[in-house]
Amino acid sequence: MRELKITPIKNGTVIDHIGNGLALEVLRIIGVRELDRDSTVSVALHVRSQKIGWKDIVKVENMELSPRNVNAIALIAPTATIAIIRDFKVQEKRAVDLPDRIGGVLKCPNPSCITNQHEPVESEFEVARRRPVVLRCTYCERLVDEFLPNLA
Amino acid sequence: MGLKGRDLISIRDLSREEIEEILKASRRMIPYAEGQRAGHQLDDRLLVMAFFEPSTRTRLSFETAAQRLGARCVTIADPTASSMRKGESLHDTVRMLSSYGDAIILRHPNEGSGRLAAMASDKPVINAGDGAGQHPSQTLLDLATMQESFGTLSGLRVVLLGDLKYGRTVHSLAHALAVFGAELVLSSPPSLGLPEEVREHLDQMGAKVTEVDQLHRAVRDADVLYVTRIQKERFGDETEYAKVAGSYRIDNAVLAGGKSRMIVMHPLPRTGEIAAEVDGTPHAAYFRQAFLGVPVRMALLSLILTGKAV
Repeated sequence: MRELKITPIKNGTVIDHIGNGLALEVLRIIGVRELDRDSTVSVALHVRSQKIGWKDIVKVENMELSPRNVNAIALIAPTATIAIIRDFKVQEKRAVDLPDRIGGVLKCPNPSCITNQHEPVESEFEVARRRPVVLRCTYCERLVDEFLPNLA
Repeated sequence: MGLKGRDLISIRDLSREEIEEILKASRRMIPYAEGQRAGHQLDDRLLVMAFFEPSTRTRLSFETAAQRLGARCVTIADPTASSMRKGESLHDTVRMLSSYGDAIILRHPNEGSGRLAAMASDKPVINAGDGAGQHPSQTLLDLATMQESFGTLSGLRVVLLGDLKYGRTVHSLAHALAVFGAELVLSSPPSLGLPEEVREHLDQMGAKVTEVDQLHRAVRDADVLYVTRIQKERFGDETEYAKVAGSYRIDNAVLAGGKSRMIVMHPLPRTGEIAAEVDGTPHAAYFRQAFLGVPVRMALLSLILTGKAV
């Protein structure tokens, strides 16, 4: 019997080198409910990795990620790589990279921040420190180093 | 460089050179603030004072500054009377106000409202306090007070005393003092210490920061004693509050252990942190500090609206 942990995909995105245990959060970011009806999502948890010890992998058929989703993944899974697959071939592969400003990905954890008051604005953060990542709210200047509970 | 047409939302918006320019302009504004000279720098200008939270000192000192220089003001001083009660967003309110006046001075209960207003407005916005957030003109007048007393900011030993956790003015002031190379001494009840991220930021700036827990030791080598209000609502029970507040009370006996040129500052209003007997001593700088709010705001308004001070 052939052992096949995850099947190759024809078209779509492979998110590899996700930190151990974070695949479900990545799925939450991608928003599985909004997927194309013909998409299959494969998830591998706790896979041996030479680079980071143990990792998770997510493969999504017929979907390419929006820049906003890539930014959110960069925050919660900074070791992840993203490969775009077209016709079974890797078209493009890159590590996630955090831009200097990130809009709309996180809610400001300060309940009194103006971005949490029904104003017609999107939250925005700037990178205050890269390793480990600390963000500063552009509006209220609150520093944020916990991202999972604050995903928008 | 150049402050004309700029917003002022956070003290971080200003470089050291820009702060120096404002402080220099503030000194030249003193005769105008005292009424010895009539100012015309802002003749024909109309300023919108949008105060969505109660404030006496800040609003009146901005209005005084504007009117001493010839500007007129329209004022929202009572948030309950405004359209915000009808559910209009701050964004829309500010956008509308910016089409009426030449600049907006904003006080609002939510942190980050100044930045939002600056984005919504095509006229300059000056943040006059956004919730527990920023209040840059307060920081500038604090610096002006120290500079007037000592001629310099660099190398001053400034004790920040009291509530360093929630005190709005303290975090911006600590940043600005670090920019100028002042030495910071922190003295607070354990539950009201400077937030870790602010401390870390100061360390990153290379600031010299020490902590002293006993008041008399903090006072000993201080040039400036910056006293803040310890608020009752931060404490669970009254006795604990009374104990802590009592141990940070400044009176003449405490000051006797300090340098003769040391000044005592307070953003006011005070509620018992400084005994009335201190008022008559040369140490008391808090009323001068409140006055300097006027020339500092004159300088700000003039530089932002016209690009020059006098």
